[in-house]
Amino acid sequence: MIRLFAILIGLVFSGVALLSFGVGAYTFATEEHEPTAEHEFHLAPKDVAYSFDGPFGKWDKVQLQRGYKVYKEVCAACHSLKFVSFRDLADLGYSEAQVKALAAEWQVPGIDPDTGEATLRPGLPTDRFPLVYPNDVAARAANNNAIPPDLSLMTKARHDGTNYVHSLLIGYADPATYKNAEGKSLAQEFPEFSTPPGLNFNPYFANLNLAMAAPIAADGQVTYDDGTTATVDQMATDVAAFLTWTAEPKMQQRKQTGTWFILFLLFATTLAYFSYKNIWAGKKPKKGSSE
Amino acid sequence: MSFPWANHYEPQNPLMKWVDEKLPLPRLVYNAVGAGYPVPRNLNYMYNFGVLAGFCLVLQIVTGVILAMHYAPNALVAFGSTEHIMRNVNWGWMLRYMHANGASFFFLVLYLHIFRGFYYGSYKAPREMIWLLGVVIFLLCMATAFMGYVLPWGQMSFWGAKVITGLFGAIPLVGEPLQIWLLGGYAPDNAALNRFFSLHFLLPFVIAGVVILHIWALHIPGSTNPTGVEVKKESDTVPFHPYYTAKDGFGLGVFLILYCLFVFFMPNALGHPDNYIEANPLSTPALIVPEWYFYPFYAILRAFTFDFILTAQLWGVLAMFSAILMWFFLPWLDRSPVRSASYRPLYRIFFWVLMVDMAALFYLGGAHAEEPYIMFSQLATAYYFLHFLVIVPIVSSIERPKPLPYSITEAVLGKDDDAQLGATVAAKA
Repeated sequence: MIRLFAILIGLVFSGVALLSFGVGAYTFATEEHEPTAEHEFHLAPKDVAYSFDGPFGKWDKVQLQRGYKVYKEVCAACHSLKFVSFRDLADLGYSEAQVKALAAEWQVPGIDPDTGEATLRPGLPTDRFPLVYPNDVAARAANNNAIPPDLSLMTKARHDGTNYVHSLLIGYADPATYKNAEGKSLAQEFPEFSTPPGLNFNPYFANLNLAMAAPIAADGQVTYDDGTTATVDQMATDVAAFLTWTAEPKMQQRKQTGTWFILFLLFATTLAYFSYKNIWAGKKPKKGSSE
Repeated sequence: MSFPWANHYEPQNPLMKWVDEKLPLPRLVYNAVGAGYPVPRNLNYMYNFGVLAGFCLVLQIVTGVILAMHYAPNALVAFGSTEHIMRNVNWGWMLRYMHANGASFFFLVLYLHIFRGFYYGSYKAPREMIWLLGVVIFLLCMATAFMGYVLPWGQMSFWGAKVITGLFGAIPLVGEPLQIWLLGGYAPDNAALNRFFSLHFLLPFVIAGVVILHIWALHIPGSTNPTGVEVKKESDTVPFHPYYTAKDGFGLGVFLILYCLFVFFMPNALGHPDNYIEANPLSTPALIVPEWYFYPFYAILRAFTFDFILTAQLWGVLAMFSAILMWFFLPWLDRSPVRSASYRPLYRIFFWVLMVDMAALFYLGGAHAEEPYIMFSQLATAYYFLHFLVIVPIVSSIERPKPLPYSITEAVLGKDDDAQLGATVAAKA
């Protein structure tokens, strides 16, 4: 009886699923499939090699310091870093005194000790990086109705985030003349495609048009302290590395800890394997003797 | 319970004797997972996953309790407190990655444990109660994992909560009030986050309780084994300790290596980048998907796109819940007296078709809701229901199974001297 019911219910569910399939397949077969510009011209980020790649990767502290400088002089105009504290900058190889000095270069919200009124004061190592805008409305008002996202976690909040940040920063192009790697011209393939005023064309951005204008526009926009030539690509690479650190400051510690875990586990598992074989030695027939 | 030839607990140490008289807890452990529990000698590696699932539960409770000491279940600060754990709490990043990947590995192990049950007929008499409790554990794990995923209060947390609680809204008449009651509001917010945290803390202990019942029920008939032939005599079994403690120890090592590779070297590979964006009710992600371990059921939910008497959404909801609830009836749907698929040529073919079907559903559940993915998930869903509700009952009545070995001993050693006396032994039993 229960099996009769089950067969009935099974036939109903699979029948309705197949009905959905039939309708979907009919629609799929009869409807026109217009390829979209977003689908045809969106690019996956380019691969860039970093010192922190791979299981034994380590931060390149000099690169992170360069990246910090790019963030401070370029990105920080609009983007906050609200989950990072100034004291964290010690990870970049700065001494305690240097961290203090770096923190003091930023103005953070404070309270006037005499009047109790809100005021600004120089940052301390214990402070977080300050917000750029007091609220979302102010952010929208200043940025053509777009909110510049916080960058603390940006490289973890996008697929292949480190490469994405780098590619996005160097990927700006003119939609009128843009051709992809296969030589297809966007203007010819999708004549109706347009970048609305106030937006900027970038094939690495999901819908190809983003509010942010190219922030790194020319070589030498930032002057590096270590003498590295500040090409657009170099600045984009360095700031992507820096934002990888802000998103995952414990990455190096994580990989080093993991290496010890794996080494120990390999050793312990080998021992466990031999003790298993040893204990079972008399209980298993020799290979090939059964069946 | 247990077999008459089981070893008896005889404490030698005066202290242990004293304890045993007052509280026979060591005796309980000895009889449950020690030398006092005889287990079929022919269990293969597929039988490791029960112990591993138990290990995962303990791991999740231990890491979870510590995370709860630092986490703040309030919609204003939940996301920030998760980042606080990642950045400022000593070893907080490790605890959180262990907990998040621990959930994934828990489900990996549970699925393998359940599929083992499908193949070797672990749900069949006299083990129906073990199976029923197992399905209860699986459902509780799903509820716990779903609520846990909401806690970091990222975009996927928020929208996942909204979509899944929205399913209750599809129920006619009571749907909308029920959804509001579940969430404590019209959309996920502080009320929902708080209750999810509370239940996410509570349910693992409920799971632990049901696990005890699951193991208790298991110890009455004992484990199945790859032949499906019941234990007949002492030479069919070995004591759990040291034989299976050693084997499970090795299995645990292999499991931990794989687990640590994820925790330490690709901790976010199984997660979704959108969950590193703080929850924003005004911005819908391009693709809302649950964690990977819900993909098959999410694929079934989305497969129903055609209003047939009921709305497509309601069909999807009914199908998704039925997809698991029907496992409760499996012991009575499959009437074949032969347990192991090794001796069921026809069932074995369909078992592997089901595995391919499940693999397809796993893939399709994470894909974009667009063609041709939807069409494939509709076909895969149709097979899923046909398999359990139509094919299994019919196959079990028409199939001609292969001859079974006389005993586990014969299956392992190739011969069993008692086999000629089979008739007399059977008569005695």
